[in-house]
Amino acid sequence: MNNPYLPYPVRIDSVVTETEDRNLKTFKLVFLNPEDEQKFKYNPGQFAELSIAGLGEIPIGIATSPTEKGFIKFTVNKVGKVTNHLHNMKEGDIMGVRGPLGNWYPWDALEGKNVVIIGGGFAFTTLRSSIVYMLDPANRSRFGDITVVYGARSPGLLLYKDELAAWEQRKDINMHITVDGTDDPNWKYNVGFVPAVTKQKAPSAENSYAIICGPPIMIKFTLPVLTELGFPPERIISSLEMRMKCGIGICGRCNIGSEYVCKDGPVFTLEQLSKLPNEY
Amino acid sequence: MSDIYISRGKFPEIIGQLMARYRVYAPVLKGEYHEFAKIEKTEEADLGYQNTRLSPKGLFHPHAERMFEYSLVKDDPQAGILKEAPKDFSPRVVLGIRPCDAKAFQLDDVNFDTTAYQDPWWVRRRQTTTLIGLACNEPCGTCFCTSLGTGPFDTAGLDVLLVDTGEGYTAQVLTQKGKDVVGITSGWESVSRTVSEKMEGLRKSAEDSLGRQFDFDPIKQKDMLELFNASFWDEVQFACINCGTCTFLCPTCWCFDIQDEVWGDKGDRIRLWDSCMFPLFTFHGSGHNPRSQKLQRVRQRFMHKLKYYPDKYHNGAACVGCGRCVKFCPVNIDIREVVRRMSATCVCPA
Amino acid sequence: MREYTERIREAAKRLLSEQRVDTVIGFRRGTVPFMNEPFLVKSVDQVDQLYWDSNCGINLANYLPKRTDRVAVVAKGCDSRNIVVHLLENQIKRDQLYILGAPCRGMVDKRRMMADLKGKEPLHAEENGKEIKVSGRGFQVTFDRQTYLQSNCAICTHRNPVVYDELLGDPVEEQQGVDRYPDVRRIEAMSVDERWRYFQELIAPCIRCYACRNACPLCYCPTCFVDESRPQWVGKTIDPTDTLTFHFLRAYHVAGRCTDCGSCERACPVGIEVRKFTKKLEKEVKELYGYEAGVTPDQRPPLDTFKPGDPEPFIK
Repeated sequence: MNNPYLPYPVRIDSVVTETEDRNLKTFKLVFLNPEDEQKFKYNPGQFAELSIAGLGEIPIGIATSPTEKGFIKFTVNKVGKVTNHLHNMKEGDIMGVRGPLGNWYPWDALEGKNVVIIGGGFAFTTLRSSIVYMLDPANRSRFGDITVVYGARSPGLLLYKDELAAWEQRKDINMHITVDGTDDPNWKYNVGFVPAVTKQKAPSAENSYAIICGPPIMIKFTLPVLTELGFPPERIISSLEMRMKCGIGICGRCNIGSEYVCKDGPVFTLEQLSKLPNEY
Repeated sequence: MSDIYISRGKFPEIIGQLMARYRVYAPVLKGEYHEFAKIEKTEEADLGYQNTRLSPKGLFHPHAERMFEYSLVKDDPQAGILKEAPKDFSPRVVLGIRPCDAKAFQLDDVNFDTTAYQDPWWVRRRQTTTLIGLACNEPCGTCFCTSLGTGPFDTAGLDVLLVDTGEGYTAQVLTQKGKDVVGITSGWESVSRTVSEKMEGLRKSAEDSLGRQFDFDPIKQKDMLELFNASFWDEVQFACINCGTCTFLCPTCWCFDIQDEVWGDKGDRIRLWDSCMFPLFTFHGSGHNPRSQKLQRVRQRFMHKLKYYPDKYHNGAACVGCGRCVKFCPVNIDIREVVRRMSATCVCPA
Repeated sequence: MREYTERIREAAKRLLSEQRVDTVIGFRRGTVPFMNEPFLVKSVDQVDQLYWDSNCGINLANYLPKRTDRVAVVAKGCDSRNIVVHLLENQIKRDQLYILGAPCRGMVDKRRMMADLKGKEPLHAEENGKEIKVSGRGFQVTFDRQTYLQSNCAICTHRNPVVYDELLGDPVEEQQGVDRYPDVRRIEAMSVDERWRYFQELIAPCIRCYACRNACPLCYCPTCFVDESRPQWVGKTIDPTDTLTFHFLRAYHVAGRCTDCGSCERACPVGIEVRKFTKKLEKEVKELYGYEAGVTPDQRPPLDTFKPGDPEPFIK
């Protein structure tokens, strides 16, 4: 019997510090056994449990796209016991990955549609996965316009800065990068909170879906903007964060109403969320 | 296979025959209470018990279970790689389990054994265990199984049902596993008419004594958010001290935690019973806690059993009416009262 | 004890209708024998649910911290002492409280009555003065209330409330010449190995449900040390080391604060005599500092004050 609790062993291939506060690092992981990589078939929006023997596991969104082969990446915020230890690990160290877990953004439904991606802070990881996935030459024609609003408190706290700059140069994606504030005279993008920038750029709701991930306060103030722009609740998609352990809908921890966020989610439409107790 | 009978005097021989082929678990008196334990001698099995204090869920989902083990030796190439902890899955008989508790395992199965994921330890233990139940001739005052679709003589979760008819036991063989187990035992006779009538009488008096204590069905029809927002939770939650007694004793509370423990240069990944009554259960790394209030946690437990689970699985309530939580709650929060409130015609919003 | 029921109802009705308080905390009659449920009365029409008998052993002071309303609370001697501890530790303000003092003759021990019923299930219990009549399927027995007191009540020397706004009855006679610590001395007399074994056996049935801690009015820490994960002080399994660590440290944490109200033992679903730990600490504090918790409203507990003359033989 396949044991869904058993992590695949992986080697840390590289560690990149993403933000100037050094609280976010991206770990590039390579499977020790090539057959494990075959089994780890995922879709953008899914997450995995990162496992460190002696410390435990943490659920983290997969930052890479399935179109990127040979490795997977996770961007990890330093908050607790496991993440603090992970931040001290180095290239070549062995750890574990268990997954892929949860559902994903509704790629079938998104086909032929315009996609508006709204992200804030370090919740940009599965959104990065989604952008890379859609921009892949094999996939780009499956989607309409792609618009991205991505904000952080300051320029130094943005993730994936090189990629953001590269996407800015492309014609097939509308990038709106913003910061809450900056004293950098060379800052060439927007200044303002994500809800305000979304309102200003006013992406059309016509034939569109919005995917929104970020801190609760950002989501709270952006949802009315999207509604005003004409996005119906069934076309606003978000991903929930919950304390999780098993990741496979068995341990009961992430239960909300009749859903287990780890297995039935983490991706829900606003319409689905409106029918659940708001205990998240 | 028609029912069979064995006299009380010969019954220990049956246990002995089972012990020769299976690991046999039975109710054993430890201190003031009974609990299921592996028996080494036939006389350890005490079928005169009422029920165990702790539910027998630990037989399939132990309080603390080693899932994996690993080395943390620096130069060991296998260091940090998790290996399955060895376990004994040899065939096992659980003797004398109550029908409500056996039914509870079925309710738990839909959680542990799904199309997407199978919990390997739960599933293997379920596969290799045969449940020989013992009907309840004298249900407790705190029992309410018949109000939730099971009963003192319910066969649903069992492989064999024994009924204590005074001078002996009748056995109703219910599954292939049951057949296999009974097949290795000998000394059974056919059931006489007197015994059969006596058994029916016992069944009727047990079921009558329980009665129907509330009507669960209206809860199924109710709107989830209406119940969630009802005002009565404030009164229900007041007395609760947020201990984990109800969840730990309950046969259908399966929630668990996963922890790593290190002993020198070796470590284990362990899973442990956890409780939605504890604030840490839902405490995010960010410091946010979606159920930081006692009211939210108390409501979660009852709603999970009585509304979320039935809505998800269309399988009835995640409660078999064993009454352990009623009996052992230190502040007398009675789930029967909560069901009555949830099923009342008018649920006032908070 | 049942005579207090009417007086509690009368006081609750009066205090609520005169708007002296917003709520009243008492008990309502339990759904099973030997149990009552702590109950919060919010309006006059709920007053008649209030109830009192010898099964009100849960300490109602536990429900006071963090309350912001004006609340009346029924308090036995021990509850009132825990209210004093709360006041000393700034968990509640005196002017928020209206204390209905209940001079107490002791609460009964469900567990011991159950043990003496030897598996027979009580379905009804009725208290009548000194007797408790218990009946079930085909049996009826009468228990003598005094014989079945909770073990902490049997050795209680503060049966009358130490603070109150009104009394529900005349003060009762305090028990004199009580030896509170024969069990502690027995444990002290054991050899180290013997004692370790004793402790291990004592906590063996523990399921780490924390009912003892949560029933305790003193355990109001926002996060208990056993729940702390950064750093994790105590493992979460039922390994005896972890379980003992929990019980030992909890006992130390209530040293000089514990009033021996017995709520911990009463709440324990597996019948552990948790008070064996707390009583040892109580004895030490009494012998070293002559202090009894919660008896003197204006005297700070010895372990949160320092005096130059404090005995310190335990510092080696």
